[in-house]
Amino acid sequence: MMKRWQAVKRLLPLLAMFALVLSGCGREDLSVLRPQGPVAQGQLDLIKLSISIMVVVMVVVFAIAAYVLVKFRRKKGQDEVPEQVEGNFKLEVIWTAIPLLLVLILAVPTIQKVFAYDQIDWNDPEAVKVEVTGHQFWWEFYYPDHDIRTAQELVIPVGKKIAFQLKTNDVLHSFWVPSLGGKRDTNTEGTVNYLTLIADNENTYIGKCAELCGASHAYMEFRVKAVDDATFDAWVNAFKQPAVLPADTELAEKFRTNCLSCHAVGDQGGPIGPSLTGIGSRETIASILLNDISGAEGSKPVKDNLVEWLMDPQAVKPGNTMPDPKDLGFSDEEIEQIAEYLANYKLDY
Amino acid sequence: MAHAHAHGHSVKRYTGLMDWITTVDHKKIGILYLLAGAFFFGIGGIEAILIRIQLIKPMNDFVSAQVFNELITMHGTTMIFLGVMPIIFALMNAIIPLQIGARDVAFPFLNSLGFWTFLFGGLLLNLSWIMGGAPDAGWTAYTPLSSTEYSTTRGVDFYTIGLQIAGLGTLIGGINFLVTIITMRAPGMSFMRMPMFTWTAFITSAMILFAFPAITVGLVLLSFDRLLGANFFDVASGGNPVLWQHIFWIFGHPEVYILILPAFGIISEVIPTFSRKRLFGYSSMVFATILIAFLGFMVWAHHMFTTGLGPVANALFSIATMLIAVPTGIKIFNWLFTMWGGQIRFTSANLFAIGFVPTFVMGGVTGVMLASAPADFQFHDTYFVVAHFHYVIVGGLVFGLFSGLHYWWPKMFGRILDERLGKWTFWTFAIGFHLTFFVQHFLGLLGMQRRIVSYLPNQHFDTLNLISTIGAFLMGVGVILFLVNVVLTTKKPAGVANDPWEDGRTLEWSIPSPPPEYNFKQIPLVRGIDAFWKEKMAGNKGMTPAEPVGPIHMPSPSILPFVMSVGLFIAGLGFMFSTEDFSNAFMSLIFNKYIVMIVGLVITFAAMVARSLYDDHGYHIEVEELEEEGKA
Repeated sequence: MMKRWQAVKRLLPLLAMFALVLSGCGREDLSVLRPQGPVAQGQLDLIKLSISIMVVVMVVVFAIAAYVLVKFRRKKGQDEVPEQVEGNFKLEVIWTAIPLLLVLILAVPTIQKVFAYDQIDWNDPEAVKVEVTGHQFWWEFYYPDHDIRTAQELVIPVGKKIAFQLKTNDVLHSFWVPSLGGKRDTNTEGTVNYLTLIADNENTYIGKCAELCGASHAYMEFRVKAVDDATFDAWVNAFKQPAVLPADTELAEKFRTNCLSCHAVGDQGGPIGPSLTGIGSRETIASILLNDISGAEGSKPVKDNLVEWLMDPQAVKPGNTMPDPKDLGFSDEEIEQIAEYLANYKLDY
Repeated sequence: MAHAHAHGHSVKRYTGLMDWITTVDHKKIGILYLLAGAFFFGIGGIEAILIRIQLIKPMNDFVSAQVFNELITMHGTTMIFLGVMPIIFALMNAIIPLQIGARDVAFPFLNSLGFWTFLFGGLLLNLSWIMGGAPDAGWTAYTPLSSTEYSTTRGVDFYTIGLQIAGLGTLIGGINFLVTIITMRAPGMSFMRMPMFTWTAFITSAMILFAFPAITVGLVLLSFDRLLGANFFDVASGGNPVLWQHIFWIFGHPEVYILILPAFGIISEVIPTFSRKRLFGYSSMVFATILIAFLGFMVWAHHMFTTGLGPVANALFSIATMLIAVPTGIKIFNWLFTMWGGQIRFTSANLFAIGFVPTFVMGGVTGVMLASAPADFQFHDTYFVVAHFHYVIVGGLVFGLFSGLHYWWPKMFGRILDERLGKWTFWTFAIGFHLTFFVQHFLGLLGMQRRIVSYLPNQHFDTLNLISTIGAFLMGVGVILFLVNVVLTTKKPAGVANDPWEDGRTLEWSIPSPPPEYNFKQIPLVRGIDAFWKEKMAGNKGMTPAEPVGPIHMPSPSILPFVMSVGLFIAGLGFMFSTEDFSNAFMSLIFNKYIVMIVGLVITFAAMVARSLYDDHGYHIEVEELEEEGKA
């Protein structure tokens, strides 16, 4: 018993080191180094293999360099001319053959995985299909099987293949959820891309746009919420409930004529702007104002974030195409009311 | 300076500023390239510092998102096309004719034209800062972001037109050096006796010849889309944005090798000189260079793995890219074994050359990692890539250029750069460099995408970005130390020995520093590789001449290249603003009716006609003059 405790004691610093290294590997919901699904895991394995090979190469080169630099410094009074060596056939063959071999070791799994991760699962009946459309500077997610069109926050069932179809509505973007897998560009019509990702664990993952797409490229994030099957079904159900409009009929009318010409709530409104259905239960507003639901440091109540956004959308996301609510004739008080309404527009799942 | 008698007909010689504007002397054009390159390098450096200040902490608002995109676009474009390219051309101009035992390049007039078109193209591009906004679509200018619909300022027009004019200069320079190296080598200098720097300049010139037309075509298409309403990249009219990516990268990837090969050449000169040994495995170095150039044209789509070209293309381009590691590895080991058994001197030039080897290896290994397409899906467009290409281009090329400048400075200017300051330059720049870019590998893996104006806190990005910014400032200090060194050295009297490093191996060290206008009084006879070293080892003081002393034919200076480039500059501005809405009727008339553009083209064509009709045979420097100079 005592011995075991001693072993644990000895292991403690190691465990602490391990924890430190893990935290050094970044956030679980964001880092390439902490994969949360088989695709990201497979890619990290390849990265580890290539790093290992490369570290060997670097150690060899650095060791030879260090030896040479120490051993063959010109000493004082050293005047005789060193032997002028033309080359060495054997050595040259060795340092041609070995890199070739190392490249081969890396090439085999590379090719395997190139084909594995380029497999198109769009027609797989088991897969959950999502059409992703990039917009300056927000993400649209359409589930053809459920006829659901949402934005900024993707909800997916854990452990299932999610088949994405990726395209853009304007400039090129790139769809990237680092902890679930590598990115793929959203191209224009005619060069549509497909991508399959799977989430192993329930969590909310951070997604980012990885292709320069204009002024607010940095702020074009999204969230991927991986939930269990029952919750996913509940979400689908909740999403299909009829729209909830502001209780105040005057405000509702103003909301309908101004906001719903682009945005949608439930079965009402248009698809030009991001859907607002259940926006009160999302983790972000405009993808970079963090709501307190997320529990993230520095997050604020949904309503505060909505007010911040609606008061001056250009200050939050420069270059975005939403008209300033004030230019549309909304008073500060009405903005406050709209924010209040949206903050309370939650999906029950 | 020799005051030559005119021979045949009178030749006007200029002094002062006019001398520099009209010169066709490759050594002076080299200095012009160096000055212009340093100027643009400075601008690109300031842009880099501004970018790093913006990223020093999360959600910083030092610059706006629009200005940030302009900064990253101009930093990349300026550094690649206007910063490092001309400094490479500076060294090629200053050294290549000397290394092959020639009196000038094959086409001195074209050499001057190449410089001036490059300069005016670069100036045009940078004018965008004060004429309505710089380009903002990244140095890659991917469509549709670079189309008029999404990039509404004139910025991208400055990019397309400025780079077309500057690219013309590069293409002219490349052709000139190809012809020079093929036709003007001294007797006895076979291809396999050429110094390594000459070899790499030769291969780089060949790559320029094939790569630059691609980007020129791309830029023409893009400017037609933007200015004449064409639709090469407009999806609604049947165009395709992926086409732009192919055209850009089929130029863009060879461009990387166009940049790095001359650096390989510099390192292959500096390390043997300061190890007092011949280059290990010369012939394998030559073939590795050729192989890298060949493969360099076969790998462009590895920049497009995430574009979605399909698994077959991704697999092929992955393998092709990995293969480049083999010839590059050969070079690294050859350099190491050149030093093996040598007597290494740690001069500033050699410090940069030695520092180059491990740094470039680090950039190379991340290159192989990026070559693996499935892994690249994670790396692509993140700070991992930013770290990789800065390791190759700064840790590789810029280290190489600093090495070359310290090494050949006495040959170019007759003065040795201060060694103490040189070493300070190396250590501040090298440490700053690794601080800046090493941590960026991790930023990428932790999920930080590139080209972002800012980032939210609590993503583990903050500390690493702070370190990176501190490193950038240290690099800035290194560059300033170099400039101080240049200023202090310039104040010293000239007149170093022909062979100031004492272990020079190639022909340039057999003639005075700086060389006379005509370089070689008598063209030397080359009796082997490392021709000058061979003579020294045989106990000879200098080269054996291959010809008797005789009058030397020199080309006349000419203002025409300058005039042609001014014409292109005016035409470019005119074309760019042809679709602008001016409130002023006069401005509308001269721009919208293409009058400015036509005036510019008329100036250029008139200068071309003048050049064609007026037969200028140049002049001779007579034997008596040569003898006089020899005595003095």
